Amino acid sequence: MSRLQPRPGEGIDRTREVSFTFDGKPVAAYEGDTIASALYAAGRRTFSRSFKYHRRRGLFCATGQCANCLVHVDGRPGIRACMEPAGHGLCVTHQNAFPSLERDAMAILDHLPSAALPVGFYYKTFIAPRRLWPVYERLLRRASGLGRLPATQAQRTWRTEYRRRHVDVLVSGGGAAGLSAAIAAAGLGADVLLADEGLELGGRLLDEGDHDRARDLAAQAGAAGVEVLGRASVLGLYDGLAAISQGGTLHQVRAARHVFATGALEQPLLFDGNDLPGVMLSGGALRLLARQSIRAGERAVVACTGDRGLRAAGALAAAGVEIAAVVDVRDGGRVLAAEGRAGVERVRLVDGDGVVRTVAADLLVVSGGDAPALGLAAQAGARSGWDELRAQSVLVSLPRGCFVAGSVAGEVGCERSGEAAGLAAAHSLGLGDPVSKAREVALASDLPAEVVAPAPLPVDSGGRRCFACLCEDVTVKDIEQGVREGYESLELAKRYTTVTMGPCQGRICQGQSAAVVGRATGAGREIVGSTTARPPWTTVPLGALAGRPVEPAKRSAIHAWHRAHGGVIRWTGDWRRPYHYGDPQAEARAVAQRAGLIDVSTLGKLLVRGPQAGELLDRLYPGRISTLGIGRCRYAILTGESGRILDDGTICRLDAETFYVTTTSTGAAGAVQWFRWWQTGWGLEASVTDLSQGLSAFNLAGPRAREILASVAELDVSADAFAYLDGREGVVTGVPCLLLRLGFTGELGFELHCSAAHAEHLWEALLEAGGSAGLRAFGLEPQRALRLEKLHILVGADTDAESTPYGAGLGWAVKLDREEDFVGRWALTDAAGAAPESVLVGFRVSGAELPREGAVVLDAGGAAAGQVTSARHGPRAGGSLGMAWMPAGLADDGASITISDAGRLLSATVSTTPFFDPEGAVVRS
Amino acid sequence: MSFVLRCPHCGPREVSDFAYGGEVVARPTGEPSRRELYRYVYFRRNVSGVQREWWYHRSGCGAWFQAERDTRTNQVHWTGPAGDPGRL
Repeated sequence: MSRLQPRPGEGIDRTREVSFTFDGKPVAAYEGDTIASALYAAGRRTFSRSFKYHRRRGLFCATGQCANCLVHVDGRPGIRACMEPAGHGLCVTHQNAFPSLERDAMAILDHLPSAALPVGFYYKTFIAPRRLWPVYERLLRRASGLGRLPATQAQRTWRTEYRRRHVDVLVSGGGAAGLSAAIAAAGLGADVLLADEGLELGGRLLDEGDHDRARDLAAQAGAAGVEVLGRASVLGLYDGLAAISQGGTLHQVRAARHVFATGALEQPLLFDGNDLPGVMLSGGALRLLARQSIRAGERAVVACTGDRGLRAAGALAAAGVEIAAVVDVRDGGRVLAAEGRAGVERVRLVDGDGVVRTVAADLLVVSGGDAPALGLAAQAGARSGWDELRAQSVLVSLPRGCFVAGSVAGEVGCERSGEAAGLAAAHSLGLGDPVSKAREVALASDLPAEVVAPAPLPVDSGGRRCFACLCEDVTVKDIEQGVREGYESLELAKRYTTVTMGPCQGRICQGQSAAVVGRATGAGREIVGSTTARPPWTTVPLGALAGRPVEPAKRSAIHAWHRAHGGVIRWTGDWRRPYHYGDPQAEARAVAQRAGLIDVSTLGKLLVRGPQAGELLDRLYPGRISTLGIGRCRYAILTGESGRILDDGTICRLDAETFYVTTTSTGAAGAVQWFRWWQTGWGLEASVTDLSQGLSAFNLAGPRAREILASVAELDVSADAFAYLDGREGVVTGVPCLLLRLGFTGELGFELHCSAAHAEHLWEALLEAGGSAGLRAFGLEPQRALRLEKLHILVGADTDAESTPYGAGLGWAVKLDREEDFVGRWALTDAAGAAPESVLVGFRVSGAELPREGAVVLDAGGAAAGQVTSARHGPRAGGSLGMAWMPAGLADDGASITISDAGRLLSATVSTTPFFDPEGAVVRS
Repeated sequence: MSFVLRCPHCGPREVSDFAYGGEVVARPTGEPSRRELYRYVYFRRNVSGVQREWWYHRSGCGAWFQAERDTRTNQVHWTGPAGDPGRL
């Protein structure tokens, strides 16, 4: 077993065992294990199959940088096993291998002659014949790729949220430098947010045995009031907004100052077989040792370009790993090849004396120097250059408001550097005092840089299997071939070979591939530069970026009832509404002959209240509202400054200072906004409250509506006590309601408004009370047919942005003869001065055919002159009825018109009065 | 696109919290001629530069306020309570 005896400071709790499955087989782990460490301790060495050749890939970085250990976890693809805690009951499966990781049929690709899959092969092969590309694409998709998404939305149980946060200082990275920066800035009073990817704060302190210091700093940060986002990746900076992915939450953080403490990325070495399982970065081997007390191998070769590798060798030796050889590039040593069948068995190397030897080993620890993780700083606008002495990229300039700390800045003294950056960030916000400023100056002293030899390139191209890019399976030879084919610039070589374009986004491969391009072109590393850093800096599920929809679907409080009772649900604006319950004709007949109940909770419902509420409404509406008696209702249209119809609804005066205003379903939000906009300017003593979501409303209509209501209402609903257009507050089936007597469908009707919490009870109790009288629920479709018979307009369907009240036959609702100013006064006065050119009237088609909405009304000469806006069969009046805009000259009552609908010609007769109950005797009954 | 507006009631919030209400336009006083009326109702200056405009805190307090914003850079120089929507 590779698990060691308990060690001080280890990150696992051996008293708490957890178990998960990998490819169906149980894996035992301790709390504090990652999925990868548990699998490693259980003896697994192959973690995935590579992108192109399906080669075995093992745990390589073990620190969340490379793509070698990507797995499916509970159906989510692309999860880094080395960063995901081993949770009890998790279902983990491998990616990109069939039928299994150990036996992968596609691994045959690795044994084909290399000409079979040349660099850029997808640009060269599979392109002819062109029509077969969809087939090729499907095959290639299956052969490559990184896991599979669940096929249907229902299987994607993952939900995501947005969270917004404004802070003074955002610290990216929770290692020694980041923590020190956060503590320093928070200590001066700054509001500090710190985001860190790790399972635990502390970064490399934890890997290098300094657990106590890490926990001490984390505690200090907590005490200083730093808000810590753990297991959270800063994805990138977008227009100054930092996107941070933390589980299912995308934090959108706007920070006045940024401290980048993103650390450094340990680089690999190039040699033949450098991707074999058993080749591991020194940081990974140390992390397994320090956090999970796992010995990464029994007998190791350590190859390095700097002291980091030597320190690792010492730590591994102390843990009982036999160190077979140490290859220090600074002394002239180098690795020629790692060999073995399923993992490292032998290492061929040149030692410091120039002697070629083959050493047996099951672990090859490599350390090719540190590359500062400049990605986020570069996105913010930082510029970097190449430092030959340190053999790494270094920052040349930083944009305003940005600071760096720790090894990303090339600093060795992470805590000093972090404290300096945190103080500087706080000082730039105007915080701090002379003492803290003196401290910042004292800290800002240069520290000597460690001398790191540039990582050696293989002398030849390192053989067939010397990989510059693990994610995309790009070898050194591939890059050299690309350069020979003319892709000499790093950016072009990247696009051609796809090097650095895999999930690691260049963390592991950018430095080495730039060096290969530099050598192949003869330009040298510093001329080649680096590719542009773009977000996202780490992998992120698209769902996390998408978040929740900004405009959620709206459902009535009794939506479930509609669905359970056969409601055919359709969208109307944001709303999901029942169009009918299976038989719209029967529903309409029930309303006409007995009674029907419809859910009209979608109506906008506003309360306008205050000493000047009446004056506010008088100014907003073209009609006079303040003359409305208490307990009375009025139909009202709303117009804009251009005198065109915006909305309509009913207004009921509840008391001297309170008006209850309904709007159309889709116009509610706009009406609230519109009312408040004018109110803001006028400053009248009145408030506008939107009750649309809190209240439900039902319309009970039909000849037997009163009788049904009387049986359950605790108020007098007789024709004398509750007249047409009256509004009353009362209790119905125990529910407090506002009842309005309106002619919604043209029948005797009552509209009941109640708290949404009581809606289902009221709805069901009414249906039960009316069951013996033949009451049934009806949907939007029969409602529209009934309303059309009454020539009631549907704003937005029968009207458009050019419709005036006069043209729509609603001139009676406009009151121009008044003193006070009101919205649209001038335009309406202008429009009232002349007969409208175009008017909205009803028509009856001779015959049973229905024109469609949008059909054309022809003039005497057969030219298009008007337009049908709605047409339905009349449930009460019979026949094919409709409404249309047409020139006033054609629209006399009783006139004959011709309607053309996609070639069909229909004859129709104009009607300027309703088809049903033109005198309104029924609604008043 | 992303920038911050300071709601006079709630403080700085992302622009996606707000609804844009258009340029601040002077409402005519007295009886406008048809030409003045149409200019008021239909014409906007559509400046490339700093303009005074209306914003509504839709996902917040529901207040209307005014801002001075550079339409080229989305830099918001000032926000504050509104006067009469008809007058600047």
